[in-house]
Amino acid sequence: MKRTFTCIVCPNGCEIEAEYEGTEVFSVTGNLCPKGKAYVTQELVDPRRTIATSVRVEGGTLPLASVRLTRPIPKARIFDVMREINRQTLTAPVRIGDVVIRDVLGLGSDVIVTKHIEKAQ
Amino acid sequence: MMHRQAVIVGGGPAGLAAALRLREKGVQDILVLEREQLLGGILRQCIHDGFGLTRFGESLSGPEYAQRFIDRVKAANLECLTDCTVLDITPEKVVTAASRAKGLLQIQADAVLLTMGCRERTRGALATPGTRPAGVYTAGVAQNYINLQNIMVGHEVVILGSGDIGLIMARRMTLEGAHVKGVYEVQPYPSGLPRNIEQCLNDYGIPLHLSHTVVDIRGRERLTSVVVAQCDERFRPIPGTEEEIPCDTLILSVGLIPENELSLAAGVELDARTRGAFVDEHCQTQVPGIFAAGNVLHVHDLVDFVSLEAEALADSAAEYILKGSLPACCLEVRAGQNVGHVIPQRISGTRSFTLSLRVRQPLTDVSVVVRQGDREVLRKKMRKALPAEMIQLPIRAEKLTDSADMEVYVE
Repeated sequence: MKRTFTCIVCPNGCEIEAEYEGTEVFSVTGNLCPKGKAYVTQELVDPRRTIATSVRVEGGTLPLASVRLTRPIPKARIFDVMREINRQTLTAPVRIGDVVIRDVLGLGSDVIVTKHIEKAQ
Repeated sequence: MMHRQAVIVGGGPAGLAAALRLREKGVQDILVLEREQLLGGILRQCIHDGFGLTRFGESLSGPEYAQRFIDRVKAANLECLTDCTVLDITPEKVVTAASRAKGLLQIQADAVLLTMGCRERTRGALATPGTRPAGVYTAGVAQNYINLQNIMVGHEVVILGSGDIGLIMARRMTLEGAHVKGVYEVQPYPSGLPRNIEQCLNDYGIPLHLSHTVVDIRGRERLTSVVVAQCDERFRPIPGTEEEIPCDTLILSVGLIPENELSLAAGVELDARTRGAFVDEHCQTQVPGIFAAGNVLHVHDLVDFVSLEAEALADSAAEYILKGSLPACCLEVRAGQNVGHVIPQRISGTRSFTLSLRVRQPLTDVSVVVRQGDREVLRKKMRKALPAEMIQLPIRAEKLTDSADMEVYVE
């Protein structure tokens, strides 16, 4: 089978032509770097994404702390992970890198804070 | 009147990068003025990842990218006034600003660095017919409400325009439980980056309708529906193709405009194509000692390149401040065939610089050619060239002559 992929690994956004059968990739063309081939292979076997969202903060100078995943998770689990994250509430102060959920849903990825929020005066 | 060697207008990614580089180059007396309460500019609300891949080799969120610069600015003890709005800049480089804490300030600067960023085109700019209900937002305003203020903007969403912020918000609203019914783009090609089409729309099954626009906005107090229609190649709606789509929210992602009101007050001349200043290879505007970089100069796709441009600006501004002048730039750089605009618009022909350009329409298997008269300065083959992707080319001094204007075209 032949399919064109748009690589999302970096802003180059290479258009990659891949020939494959099931999860076996025979050839890739159009990628500027080896990450493109790895991306296509991963997309065929187990497409994964990171997500970014926010978590409520109590007693902070802002009502929300932005968070993201440290590693990509299976695409099909994105909304499960969103539900887990939406259950959380943090208390100010929070710092970049604070772990909100370790190994979320056993998927091998942590949810970490991406913004400093100071305590409200 | 206060005096500073450099006054930087705007504490976003461009302003912070410029401030740090100026200090490294030996400029001591620097003041950053920021109208928001916190430094970081638009990155504060860009919570998605993908920032910093070029600069830091990792995929950061906007706030993390900004914090790396803020931490260095604090460590360097650079003077930053937040909650401070610049009201006026004169051609003599007198900056007037107001802040609640300090009142009215007047500062005589040796150099003024314009790093105010850009703002969004609005419904008014499109002149879309219809009523004026609640529920119509620009993508950046929706992003501010959702990511900074914890206010959800709506449930049934239509997006007009395929700019990157609109695509990012399509995904963001979907994650927050909204139903994004589709993205409508008047042009026959998307205006956002291909990777954002993939990871923000295709991943979530959100359809993209090219050559379509919104021709009517309906609803009394809250938006109840929009009417979309197909467009011909001159962007005119085709009668008979109208379709009414019930929705409570319309997000506009229809372009960004460099924010140059202060630049105009300072006598800076703007380029109608970029809507930013005319600059030379030093990022200097036509007013000596006033410099511009980042989105206020031309709208970028990636913050990594905003930081780099601001650092190049700071190298030149430091030279101007410490030596009193910069080499004259008498040669013009012209945008030729298939090229929408170029930055810089003037060069000396004696120094290396980075040339930035965008193509006018999507092209495949082309060459970007840079010429000075009969001399071919650079030729770069490209498999594809998209208007959504800024092309940046390093031009080396030894390839240049100081006796001929430059032309940039794509063939």
